[in-house]
Amino acid sequence: MSSAAEIAADVRRGATSALAEAERSLAAVRARNEELNVFVHVDEERALARARHVDEQVSRGEDPGPLAGVPVALKDNLCQVGELTTAGSRILEGWRPPYSATVVKRILNAGAVPVGKTNMDEFAMGSSTENSYYGPTRNPHDPSRVPGGSSGGSAAAVAAHMTPLALGSDTGGSIRQPAALCGVVGVKPTYGLVSRFGLIAFASSLDQIGPFANNVTDAALLLEVIAGHDARDSTSLPEAAPSLLAGINAGVAGKRVGIVRELMEGADDEVLAAVEKARATLQEAGATMVELSIPECRLGLSAYYLIAPAEASSNLARFDGVRYGLRVDADDVAAMNEATRTLGFGAEVKRRIMLGTYALSAGYYDAYYGQALKVRTQMIDAFRRAYDQADLLLGATAPSVAFKFGEKTSNPLAMYLSDVFTIPTNLAGDPAISVPYGRDGDLPIGVQLLGPGRSEALLFAAARVLEVERSS
Amino acid sequence: MSLPDGWEMVVGLEVHTELKTTTKMFCGCANLFGAEPNTRVCAVCLGLPGSLPVLNVRAIELAMAIGCALHSTISPSTFHRKNYFYPDMPKDFQISQYDLPINVGGHVDLPDGSRVSVERAHLEEDTGKSTHLGGSGRIHGAERSLVDYNRSGVPLVEIVSGPDIRSSAQARLYASELRGILIATGASDGRMEEGSMRIDANVSVRHADEPFGTRCEIKNLNSLRSLGRAIDYEALRQIELLNEGGVVRQETRHWDETLGATSTMRTKEEAEDYRYFREPDLVDLAPDLAWQERVREGLGPMPAERRAVLAARLSEPSSTQLDAVQVVVDLGFDALVTSALDAHVEGALALARAANELAADAEHLQNLSTEAFVTTLLMEQNGELSATQAKTVLLELLAHGGDPQAIAAARGFEQLSADSLGDVVAAQIEAHPEEWSRFRDGDEKLAQFFIGQVMKATKGQANGKAVIAELHARR
Repeated sequence: MSSAAEIAADVRRGATSALAEAERSLAAVRARNEELNVFVHVDEERALARARHVDEQVSRGEDPGPLAGVPVALKDNLCQVGELTTAGSRILEGWRPPYSATVVKRILNAGAVPVGKTNMDEFAMGSSTENSYYGPTRNPHDPSRVPGGSSGGSAAAVAAHMTPLALGSDTGGSIRQPAALCGVVGVKPTYGLVSRFGLIAFASSLDQIGPFANNVTDAALLLEVIAGHDARDSTSLPEAAPSLLAGINAGVAGKRVGIVRELMEGADDEVLAAVEKARATLQEAGATMVELSIPECRLGLSAYYLIAPAEASSNLARFDGVRYGLRVDADDVAAMNEATRTLGFGAEVKRRIMLGTYALSAGYYDAYYGQALKVRTQMIDAFRRAYDQADLLLGATAPSVAFKFGEKTSNPLAMYLSDVFTIPTNLAGDPAISVPYGRDGDLPIGVQLLGPGRSEALLFAAARVLEVERSS
Repeated sequence: MSLPDGWEMVVGLEVHTELKTTTKMFCGCANLFGAEPNTRVCAVCLGLPGSLPVLNVRAIELAMAIGCALHSTISPSTFHRKNYFYPDMPKDFQISQYDLPINVGGHVDLPDGSRVSVERAHLEEDTGKSTHLGGSGRIHGAERSLVDYNRSGVPLVEIVSGPDIRSSAQARLYASELRGILIATGASDGRMEEGSMRIDANVSVRHADEPFGTRCEIKNLNSLRSLGRAIDYEALRQIELLNEGGVVRQETRHWDETLGATSTMRTKEEAEDYRYFREPDLVDLAPDLAWQERVREGLGPMPAERRAVLAARLSEPSSTQLDAVQVVVDLGFDALVTSALDAHVEGALALARAANELAADAEHLQNLSTEAFVTTLLMEQNGELSATQAKTVLLELLAHGGDPQAIAAARGFEQLSADSLGDVVAAQIEAHPEEWSRFRDGDEKLAQFFIGQVMKATKGQANGKAVIAELHARR
């Protein structure tokens, strides 16, 4: 299958058509979606109409943009006007937003062809895509295993070559961890680099939209399109999108790479071996290695499981049966709210709403939510100090390769530990990228590169060094 | 109303005012009262999944203008979420300022010479509006509840006074003065009947010089009259309770205008835990000094100063005239009146026409030019129009605009010539010999009788003063 960059180039010069690419993508979805449960909503007609529109632009001599005719999968929490958008939840069954997310508008302006909505843990709460109302997604490398989560569907869509690109969201690792488990590239950008307008919120201060791709260049191509200031998101960074592709082959010569003990401790041996190999590769490419310890990372999981549920408990209050989505009728409004939410939300969502409500309650706020905010400040300071000593950091993305279905569903804490290496980045607001590097048998392993805010260009250059070495 | 001997009430008011912005607080929807329900809504003010708030710069400016007018310190501030479930609140939380409000401290000086302190004046968003059909008209027991989200996300400033008010009269005076200040800043239209200004009152009672008693909060008082009545009722209720050996429970109470009584809405134990936390979708607010200064410089004089300026133009004003000054300033007619005074219209006449005729149709003031107002008053003063005719011309000007002379001509309001007026007066004297002889004997009250007769005969075209002159000339 061609890369997104190749498809766009071919569509722009008329060597292939957007329609042919859309049909190829839809055929791949039809061939394996029943088995893998990657897409939960596919609108074939709209995708084909969109592809024809792109082809017409080309035939009129217009340039549809850098994603001309490239099929893209959208996580089911990204609003697309008129299309089912349900965040993997029963409570939004049948909901079609009257507006599109900024990222959706931007990829359309760049000539992309959205194919459909991908499966996810309900409201992005989970690390295996087992918490979806639509049932779990299967890992294309081994259908008896999970694809990771919460953006498991988007990672699997790219890994199964259904689409060359996908968009996901990362609140505590929800792009990077499934990217690692599915053997694709996944990027969590700097907080504020990509507009959240139109992303159904899980935890607003942590959520960030990012790309999935089969290679580093395609991921950079998609991020360049979706990044940049958006007046409709008050937390959006003021500057325009960074240039990522131009310096993607700049290498890492002279750069200082920090190896962070806490970002790999407790990981499986095969994962540790992959990180060790990545370190050697970066060193060979001219980087200087620095051993670092960031003990605050050990507090990340605890702080995250107070901050994220607290924000979620408020963000998810609006799903009350009054205005849209599911409504279970009852005698009065309060009973209707309760019945609707009881039926509409799954167990993990309820667990986190309870956790978050408790953490914010009078008498408990200081001990829980307030304390977590202090840890978050410490985390930000700790990473700032680390970046005085290193230009970027290296660690594992996930402690293990893809696990079996049901392996962690009965033990929420074991499941939460899947994100122990990815969560600190979200708390710090920094960018990170997961790159496939090494395998354990048939199962892919991802290594994680982390950098200070707005260091995406350097992260992509470093990721590209690993990718080139891997394929040579 | 006075309280039983030895008792004192302690009152603090929370005044919510909608800001007169073109658009809502966090989206581009029109901020418009009275539109067809649910037609001024979008993804943001309906709280649709994925939508995000973006703060309206004009709302910040108007909040700062209020702060300047209340002598507050404009401070770096943040937004929080106040979480509770209610159908007219689309996100099931309200974005409001909490521990760090934009305006800190301040005060309002009242016309009676007292001063009420202001603790804070903060920004928050309004909710939608619920209508409950059937049952009691409240949500419990209603057969059907309808929600209009046009008001959802309209910017509000909540002004919290200190517990400085000691009577219902002072509470009304404070609310009325504050209303005038809000209108003068351009931040609010102060229309209590449309709900653009709403008041909650915290009321407690104590024996003078004792510590504050337990307070009750009375919600949603929508007129100055309700405010005064509710405070008096509540203070007496608490005193009666305490005199009977009871205790006042801290609670939120509802004012029933028809019953003239307050009743329990929820007790302190039933109070919601709002789980306030920083609104992660908004950034901190810290208007720089230059911006604050621009807002301050843009403010005109406040009502107290404007009243003083206008009163100073009158020689020995009567209390009626001072009341008219208050009305004229409250309605913002002082510039008009000043122009009339500059053109040598008598103060009493200018105030009376502004405080009565213009006040009666203040909605249409934009139709009336300063020039037309002054001309009409001069015509009346010079005897070209009778008082009745001048009032009619003013109302016509308010309704449709135009030129006073043309209106007077079109209506046939030409004053009777001296000759024909003389004829009419002579005819009335002849027709009422008994009244004429009493007038000749010095009963001046009979002048009014003859003016009335002449007006009737001329269909109001005569000038009262000219009639009196004619009567005296013939006595």
